[in-house]
Amino acid sequence: MQRTISFTLNGKPAQVTTDDERMLLWVLREDLGLTGTKFGCGEGHCGACAVLVDREAVRSCALPLKDAAGKQVITIEGLGSGGRLHPIQEAFLKHHAFQCGFCTPGMILNACALLLKTPLPSRDQIVRHMDDHLCRCGPHTRIIAAIEEAAAVMKGGAR
Amino acid sequence: MKPDDLSRRDFLAGPGLLLLLPSAPVEAFQGYPDDFNAYLHIGADGRVACLVGKVELGQGSMTALAQLLADELDVALDSVDMVMGDTGRCPWDMGTFGSLSIRQFGPVLRAAAAEARAVLLQMASERLKTPVEKLHVETGVVTGQGSARVSYAELVQGKRIERRLGRQPVKSPAAFRVAGQSPRRKDAIDKVTGRARYAGDFRLPGLLHARVLRPPAHGAALTSADTSAAERAGAQVVRDGELLAVLHAHRDLADRALALVRARYEPPRPSVDDRTVFDHLLKAAPPGQVVGESGSLAEGERLAAGLIEETYFNSYVAHAALETHSATAVVENGKATVWASTQTPFSLRQQIAQALQFPPENVRVITPYVGGGFGGKSASRQALEAARLARVTGRPVQVVWDRAEEFFYDTFRPAAVVRIRSGLTGAGRIALWDYHVFCAGDREAKQFYDIPHQRTVSSGGWGGGNPAGLHPFAVGPWRAPSVNTNTFARESHIDILAAKAGADPLEFRLRHLSDKRMRRVLEAAARQFGWKPRKRPGGGAGVACAIYLGTYVATMAEVAVDSRTGKARVERVVCAQDQGVVVSPDGSRQQIEGSITMGLGYALSEEVHFRNGEVLERNFDSYEIPRFSWLPRIEAVLIDNPETPASGCGEPPIVTMGAVIANAICDATRARIRRLPMTPERVRQALAVA
Ligand code: FES
Ligand code: FES
Repeated sequence: MQRTISFTLNGKPAQVTTDDERMLLWVLREDLGLTGTKFGCGEGHCGACAVLVDREAVRSCALPLKDAAGKQVITIEGLGSGGRLHPIQEAFLKHHAFQCGFCTPGMILNACALLLKTPLPSRDQIVRHMDDHLCRCGPHTRIIAAIEEAAAVMKGGAR
Repeated sequence: MKPDDLSRRDFLAGPGLLLLLPSAPVEAFQGYPDDFNAYLHIGADGRVACLVGKVELGQGSMTALAQLLADELDVALDSVDMVMGDTGRCPWDMGTFGSLSIRQFGPVLRAAAAEARAVLLQMASERLKTPVEKLHVETGVVTGQGSARVSYAELVQGKRIERRLGRQPVKSPAAFRVAGQSPRRKDAIDKVTGRARYAGDFRLPGLLHARVLRPPAHGAALTSADTSAAERAGAQVVRDGELLAVLHAHRDLADRALALVRARYEPPRPSVDDRTVFDHLLKAAPPGQVVGESGSLAEGERLAAGLIEETYFNSYVAHAALETHSATAVVENGKATVWASTQTPFSLRQQIAQALQFPPENVRVITPYVGGGFGGKSASRQALEAARLARVTGRPVQVVWDRAEEFFYDTFRPAAVVRIRSGLTGAGRIALWDYHVFCAGDREAKQFYDIPHQRTVSSGGWGGGNPAGLHPFAVGPWRAPSVNTNTFARESHIDILAAKAGADPLEFRLRHLSDKRMRRVLEAAARQFGWKPRKRPGGGAGVACAIYLGTYVATMAEVAVDSRTGKARVERVVCAQDQGVVVSPDGSRQQIEGSITMGLGYALSEEVHFRNGEVLERNFDSYEIPRFSWLPRIEAVLIDNPETPASGCGEPPIVTMGAVIANAICDATRARIRRLPMTPERVRQALAVA
């Protein structure tokens, strides 16, 4: 149904008038021009399209726009503040926890969701939480190290 | 002057020093043509533009090449701007594959930088009235005697200097300051902030997203297509020859419209499936070519106490980069500009020119960041589709394949068979090695162990020249083409022979190796791993080694097998690598880790299933790639070998992964698995007969 959907996007109010059954991924990429959120599989298998919706990592390729109404949506473009990177981004940078970078926005947002819930996760908890996020290039061990470091830097104080 | 030189000239029009390729080919630049293309431009602001036809696929060459350049030119790494894979700006290049970026292109870039430095020093010498030998350069500033100094930027100020590449000597690796270090990757900020743009991220006014109608199977012929419902849904339908596409301003609405097309097909003729394919390959493969031979097989047979014959099998695997093939095309005024995820921008330009019947100089391919390639983006059909549709519609067109298209049109690593006939002397030495590889290709098929009587034969490969219909779909290069199969067969078989000889697998290998570099990587891996020599299996440790285009690699692994489920878990991998000069130690480690991780997939789970031209894999639910929970502890050992020029590091460690895991599984369970991938089902079957 054609409707106007309002939500908070990266801290600012956003409104889109479109078919509200469309998936959030495409509304972000097409209507709102935020291309940091990636299309990797379109069926919820890979996590490249993950964004934060009310502090949870959600696969935007499988989230109809209407389900984002009234929620707080954060994409990779909205992470960090005042021109500074988020500590998780800093840690990914430092550990070179990426290669081609295509999975990276989704990985970072999923890591954010983990630290919001479990500020000092064990290695096991990290692996379990990240396990349904796919990466073909193989920086997995670095991603785990980066999340551990970010957790330590944030001292449990995830925002 | 050709029009594409104009665009390049526009870009580099400002004053500065421009370094051009040699007018006469120099043998070191083999393959690089002598047209007017600039590798370097030093601007009046002191920034150095480095223009290379290579592309950044994630392998880090954007950073490694900049490191080489910064060293040779004596400038700060941060002052180097890399412009990559843009046919309108960069000199020709054959493509980014085969671990060539550093090994083959590195010397060309260094020569350009050395020439630029020599020119600048000459100018500085005149300016500072000091002989060149007395000058000193650091981070782009030339110092003469006393406090007299001048920067590169000042030297080129207001001037336009063009120089052809000559033959200046390059520095020795001992003089490297930037290379050999591990600076922050140049693509790092872009990639952690989501600012990195890939071919599907370009948004142009009036852009249409295209979805192309695909057959259900290779060989299925379209008989009719009713597109009326798609048109009613607001999509534009375009037919251009065999191409039928629906286009819409929104990608997801183009998806919906495509689903409304009613198409009928003539089913393809019945053909092979993933079970019958090996018999087919053995029958249909082209005649064998001898690629290596010494001694006499008859003499080897005479010396052998008995013949040991085995056959090894490898499956089709997909590249499965996370970014699907993507392209954005604009065609106007007889010119085409195409942003494409490709490993071969220059040959793609040629193909697009042919498809549009444009002169090649009217086609510009721009390669932004590429979301993984592994050989799969050497073929770029999607870019041809985007260009054709952009021409027909007169609007910018974007084609981003969905995951099913990605599997359907992938150029898979070919399934392959290897037959080995071998024999041991009574003293436990290999006397005979008769090796025949079918369909994998001959790269590194030749034996490197010391065996007096041997022959290596190869039938067919991944690179073309196969009889039509040999494979039911396209095949092509897949990270370290040929060598995953050849190493799996060779190194599995060496372990079988070691067991027959009652020898420790490591000692047995060393017994047959006089190659010092190979001995050194094996010994380095053994030290790090804590290899315990043994006469009989137990413990789940394996070893495998290989040479890949000049790089030496030895891998050891610890594997635990759940005998009930058949699931093999790799606990630990140690990999020692000798790649000659190491340009970027952390970059090399990233590549080793990535190779080991990706290698877990073809070793344990990845296999393309198919039947009568239909590719049964459509998404990541059935095609399983490695995940976080599969990760072993990875320890990479980089051998310090500055006397040997740099060779590749992005492919070698992946080649040992099949054999090292197979050997470790056999060590743990006595079950020998001769077919990849070693799925739980195959492991259970092998356990049943072990
Ligand atoms: S694109 Fe959404 S999970 Fe893969
Ligand atoms: S870095 Fe390439 S897919 Fe993860």
